[in-house]
Amino acid sequence: METGSTVEKVRDEACGILEEMSQNLQLGFIRLMGCTLNKVFKRLFRSIFVNTEGLNRLQQAVQENPVILMPNHRSYIDFLVISYALFIYDIPIPVIAAGIPLAGMKIVGEILRRSGAFFIRRAIGSDKLYWAVLSEYVHTIVRTGYAPVEFYVEGLRSRTLKSLPPKLGMMHMVLEPFFKGEVFDITLVPISISYDRVLEESLLVHELLGVPKPKESTSGLLKASRVLQEDYGTMHVNFGSPLSVRELCEGKINLRQYNLIPRDLPQKPSAEAQACVSWLAHLMVRTQEEGSLISPWSLMACLLLQAPAPVLTEEGLPWHHLTEKTLWLRKLALDFGAHLNWPGQMSDSDVMSSAVALHRSSVHLKGGRVCLIREGEPDKKRPLTPEEGVIRTAAAVLMLASYRNQSIHTFVRPAVLAMALHVTKSTQEEELFSFFCFLQEVFSYEFIFIPSRSSQDFEEACSRLKKCGAVHLSEQEVTASEQGQEVLSFLRELLKPFIDSYQLMFRCLCEERVDMFSEKQFQSALQSAAIKLILSGELHTYEVLSAAMQKNFLSMLRRLEAVTESRVSDHSEYKVNTAVVRKTKDILSGKIPPERRHATPDARL
Amino acid sequence: MTAAHLRKPPGTDSTIPAPEEEGTVPRRRQEIMKWNGWGYSDSRFFLNEKDQVKFTGRRYSLSGAIIPGLKGWMESTFGADILHKISPAPALNSSAVQSPILYEAFLVELKSTGIPFSYDAEDRVFRAHGHCLHEIFALREGKIGRVPDIVVWPDCHNNVVKIVELACKHDVCLIPYGGGTNVSRALECPPEETRSIVSLDTSQMNRILWIDEKNLTARVEAGIIGQDLERLLDQRGFCVGHEPDSLEFSSLGGWVATRSSGMKKNIYGNIEDLVVHMKMVTPQGIIEKGFQGPRMSTGPDIHHFIMGSEGTLGVITEVTMKIRPKPEFKKYGSVVFPNFEMGVACLREIARQRCAPASIRLMDNEQFKLGYAMKPQASSVFTSFLNGLKQFYITKFKGFDPTRLCVATLLLEGNREKVLQHERQIYGIAAKFGGLAAGEENGQRGYMLTFFIAYLRDLAMDYYVIAESFETSVPWDRVLDICRNVKACIVQKCKEKGVKFPPFASCRVAQTYDTGACVYFYFGFNYRGLSSPVQVYEQVEHAAREEILANGGSLSHHHGVGKIRKEWMRETVSDVGMGMLKSVKDYVDPNNIFGSRNLL
Repeated sequence: METGSTVEKVRDEACGILEEMSQNLQLGFIRLMGCTLNKVFKRLFRSIFVNTEGLNRLQQAVQENPVILMPNHRSYIDFLVISYALFIYDIPIPVIAAGIPLAGMKIVGEILRRSGAFFIRRAIGSDKLYWAVLSEYVHTIVRTGYAPVEFYVEGLRSRTLKSLPPKLGMMHMVLEPFFKGEVFDITLVPISISYDRVLEESLLVHELLGVPKPKESTSGLLKASRVLQEDYGTMHVNFGSPLSVRELCEGKINLRQYNLIPRDLPQKPSAEAQACVSWLAHLMVRTQEEGSLISPWSLMACLLLQAPAPVLTEEGLPWHHLTEKTLWLRKLALDFGAHLNWPGQMSDSDVMSSAVALHRSSVHLKGGRVCLIREGEPDKKRPLTPEEGVIRTAAAVLMLASYRNQSIHTFVRPAVLAMALHVTKSTQEEELFSFFCFLQEVFSYEFIFIPSRSSQDFEEACSRLKKCGAVHLSEQEVTASEQGQEVLSFLRELLKPFIDSYQLMFRCLCEERVDMFSEKQFQSALQSAAIKLILSGELHTYEVLSAAMQKNFLSMLRRLEAVTESRVSDHSEYKVNTAVVRKTKDILSGKIPPERRHATPDARL
Repeated sequence: MTAAHLRKPPGTDSTIPAPEEEGTVPRRRQEIMKWNGWGYSDSRFFLNEKDQVKFTGRRYSLSGAIIPGLKGWMESTFGADILHKISPAPALNSSAVQSPILYEAFLVELKSTGIPFSYDAEDRVFRAHGHCLHEIFALREGKIGRVPDIVVWPDCHNNVVKIVELACKHDVCLIPYGGGTNVSRALECPPEETRSIVSLDTSQMNRILWIDEKNLTARVEAGIIGQDLERLLDQRGFCVGHEPDSLEFSSLGGWVATRSSGMKKNIYGNIEDLVVHMKMVTPQGIIEKGFQGPRMSTGPDIHHFIMGSEGTLGVITEVTMKIRPKPEFKKYGSVVFPNFEMGVACLREIARQRCAPASIRLMDNEQFKLGYAMKPQASSVFTSFLNGLKQFYITKFKGFDPTRLCVATLLLEGNREKVLQHERQIYGIAAKFGGLAAGEENGQRGYMLTFFIAYLRDLAMDYYVIAESFETSVPWDRVLDICRNVKACIVQKCKEKGVKFPPFASCRVAQTYDTGACVYFYFGFNYRGLSSPVQVYEQVEHAAREEILANGGSLSHHHGVGKIRKEWMRETVSDVGMGMLKSVKDYVDPNNIFGSRNLL
C-alpha cells in the first residue's frame, strides 16, 4: 500500500467513507415526505408548473438506459421539488449527490439520506481512497441503473442566479461507465428550474458582500421558517429532452483509450476525455439556460439597472417609462429565442405591477415612480458613514442584478458582439470575431460559453442582431444599422457593469505595489478603491463589490496565466504577471487589438 | 466430429482408401458446388409442398430430414413470409463476365510448363469471391465484378515455383486460392488492378506426402481441404484435430494464411500451435526453416510472417503438422443456464481452473432458440413426449425463463474414463452457476448448427433476409459488456437506417482462453422495404465493428483482415507495426505480384 497501512486498515477506512457517503432510499419515507412537501409547497408558491411532456419522455427514458438528472441549482429546495415531481408521476426517485455539510445537520441529514441523497466531501483533492470509493459508488449506481442519478453540474448553488461554469469531476464520474463500455448508453436529462422569487434572495446578497454563509444547521433552518410566511410566486420545472451520451460523444472521444488498462483501476482522464466531458458539461448548462423561463421581473431588472443608482434610490424611475421599455425588451427577448413566463390571461400592465408587488422587498411603486428599496432604515442617532451607505446601496443593487442574471444568458452573445462593435469601431468580421473571442475568454467565468464553439456563438450573435434589425450583414462585414441603436445600446449597457468592474480590477492589480497578494488582500484593496470611486462619482457600478465577480476575475487571471498561484499554509497567494495583465487590460479597453482568430469551426469539438 | 455430420462423399467406399491424388474438390468446382451460395449443389434447404423446411441430398445427417420448427422460427424472428420470395439468378450468364486480360507471352510460357489452366468464365467467377454477404448477394442477382483472368491448377510445389517465376517475369498479379470460404473480401480482385490477374488454385495440391509416426508429424500439401486431411489421416489412425467451422471446404494453406482457429483448440491448439514447418514460394524465392525442432530461439519466428499473410507474400505449398492418435472416445454434452450472465461466469471459472474440454461454447438465448428450431422431426411419439417433459422440467419446475435461458455445448475427447470424469467435473462447476446438464443431443445439435448456418443463409436470402457472422476476441471482464453493447448497437443502427423489421442479433462465446474469450456474432435482418439492403447491411456491420473495438475487442480472432477490416489495421498494430509489416512486403514482393491488397 502506498500509505504503508495494512489492507485491513484501508478496508475499514473505505467502509467508513462508504457509510458517511451512502444514501438510504426508503419508499415509505418518501411517501411521508411527499405529504409534507405537498403542504409546504402549497404555502410557499402560488403554483408549481411541471412540463408533463418532459415527464413522459423521462418515464420512457428510465426504461431504456441509465438516466442522469441534471438540474440547475438556485435554491436549497431544487432537489426536493424534482423528487416530489417524480414521486407524483410515479417515476423512480433519483439518488442525489449532495454536499457533506448537509449530512451533518441533525435529523435533516437523515431525512435527506432516506430521501435518496448521498453525500460528497468538498475538495476531495488528493485523497485517492476517497476518490476510488466515491467513483465506484457512483459507477455502481449508474451501471445497475435502478435509480436515476441526480447531481448539480454547476457544483454549488449559484449565489448570483447566473449559471456557474460546470464542475467536471462528478460529470466525468457518471460518464465513465459509458466511456468504459459498462453500459450501452447513458441518458442525460437537463432540468431547468425557474423561480419568480428565490427563497434565499436576501441571504445571497449578504454572502456576495462578504457576510459569510451561515453553516447549515437544523436550528438555522427552523429560524428560516419565517420564509414560510412569504409569497414566492410561481415556480417552473422544465424537464428537458433526454440526450443520448452515445450520440453526443460520437467522434469526440475515442473509447479505445480504455482498452489497455483494467477498467476498475482509477485513472486520470486523458486530455481528450477531459475536453469531451467539459464540452458536454458546458452543453448541459447551456441547455438548462435555454430551457429556463424568464420572468417579467427579470426583464424589468435588466432595465432598472441601466439607470444610475442615485436616480433609482432617490427619485425613482417613471413607471410608464419602465413598462414601455419592458414591453420593448419582451419583444427583443422573444426575437432572441427566449422562453418567457408572461401570463397571457392578464393585461400587460397587471403582469408588471404584480411582478413589482411580488418583489416589494426590493422596489416600491409610489406616485408613478419605481424606487429601489435599501434595507434597514438608517439610525438617526448614528448616521451611516458614506462607506456604509455604499454597501447598503450595493446590497439592493446586487439583489436586482441577481434577477437580471436570470435572463442575461439570452442576451449575452449579441451583447458581446455589440460590445465588440463599440470597442473595435470596426465592421470587419474578422476583427470583430477576434474581439468577440477575447471577450468570451475574459468573461468565461461570468457567462457560459461552450468551449470551441466561438464560431457558432458569433454566427448566432450576428443572426440574432440581424433578425431584430440592429445590424446589416454582408460579405465579411457587420455594420450597425441606424434603427438598431436602441438595441445595441441596451446590450452594451447590459455588459457595462462587467466591463467597468473588470477594468477597475485590472487597474487595481497594476497599481498594486506588492509582489504577492492573497485573495483577501486583493478583495479589501479593491473594496476600498471601489467605494472611493463610487463616492467620487467616477465608478457607476456596484457589482465590482460582489465576491462572486472578484472570484471569477481571479479564476480568469489564473486561466490566462496572468497570475500564478502558490499555496502558502492554508491559503493561496498570487504572483502577478504584470505584462499579461496590462496587455489584457489594454485589449479590453480597445487600446491594442487582440490576437487574430479565424472563424473556422473546430471539427472535433 | 466430422463423422457425426458429414457422410463420406458419394462414390467413395469407406473400406478402400481414396486414391491419394484425388481429393473431394475437382478442378471444375461447379461440378459439385453452388456458384452463388454455400456448399454442395445437392444440399440445400427448401420449402416443400406442405410448406415445411426440408434439407436435400445424402451428404449430411440432416439430409432428407424435415425440420418442422424452422419455418416458424424464420417467421417469428425475421418477419419472413413465404409469400415474399425472391429467387436467385438460375445460372451464371457468361456474357456478364468481362473478357479476360491475357498476356500472350505469359500464356505461351505457361502452356509450355504443362500446368493446367483455364480462362473459362465459370472457372474465373468461382474464384473471384468468398462468402461475404455482399459477394453472395451480388452473385444471386447475377452481378459480376472484376474476376481473375486465368485460373491455374498447380499440383505440386515445383509447379508453384514455375508459376511464380513466370508471374514475376511477365508482371502478372497472382491471387492464391484455397477453399474460397473467407468472409473478409480476401479474394476480391482489387478494382484498381490493371494487370492480368491469375488465380492460383491450390486444390489439386492435396496429398499427404509422408507421416512420421516417431515424431507424430505429417507433411501435407497445402491445398488439401480439412475433411480430406482428417479422412486420410483417420485411415492411418491419426488426426490433426484442427476443426474450423469451414473445415468441409477450407484448405490447410488458407488456415495458415489467415491464422485460423479450430473448435477443439483446447486439446490440439490453434493453427500456430500445429505447424511445425512450412514452405512458401515468394517472388524472392522460397522461405522455410532449416530445422524442425519443437521450439527455437532464433530471433523472431519467420513462421509468423507467413501465418496471417493472407496471400500477400506468396503461396504456402507444403506444411508439416503435428498429428495425434485418434481419440478413443468422444462425448457431447450440454448445460442449460438460467441466463447468459451465469453462463459467462461459469465459462470464466472453467477457464480459470484450466479444465475446459475439447470444446465449450455458450450460446445466447436467440441462438438457443435457433438451435431448438433446427431440431429434425422427432422420429417417435416417445421422443417427442420426452422432449416435452424436459422442457417442462426446465421452465416450469426449475423456473428458467425461456426468453432468458441459454445453453453451453460441450465436446469431450480422450480416454473414456478420463472423459467421463472430466464431464462430471464440468457439470459440477456448472451447477455452482445454476447450470443444469441438458443431455448429449442438445450439445450435438449445437455443433451441427455451425455446419448448416451457411446453408440456412441461402434459404433466408430466398425470403428477403440477409445475414452474416463476425467475431472478435476480448478479455474476460469485457465479455458481457461487449455482447450486450454490440447487440444493442446493431438494433439501434438498424432502426436508424430504416430497417422495417427487428434484426436478429445473437452471439456465442465460442472459445475460452486464460485471459479472455472469442465471441462470435450472428446478425441478420429482413430487408423488405429497403432500396439498398447491402449498403445498409454494411453500414450496420461497420458500426458493429467500431463498437467491438470501442469495447476492447480485437479486430479479428480468426476470420482475418482481408479488405473488409483493413481500415482498422493501423490502430490495431500501431504505426511502427504497420511499418514493419510493410517493409516485409516491400522486401519479399517489391513488385506486388501477390497483389490481392489484403491486410495492409
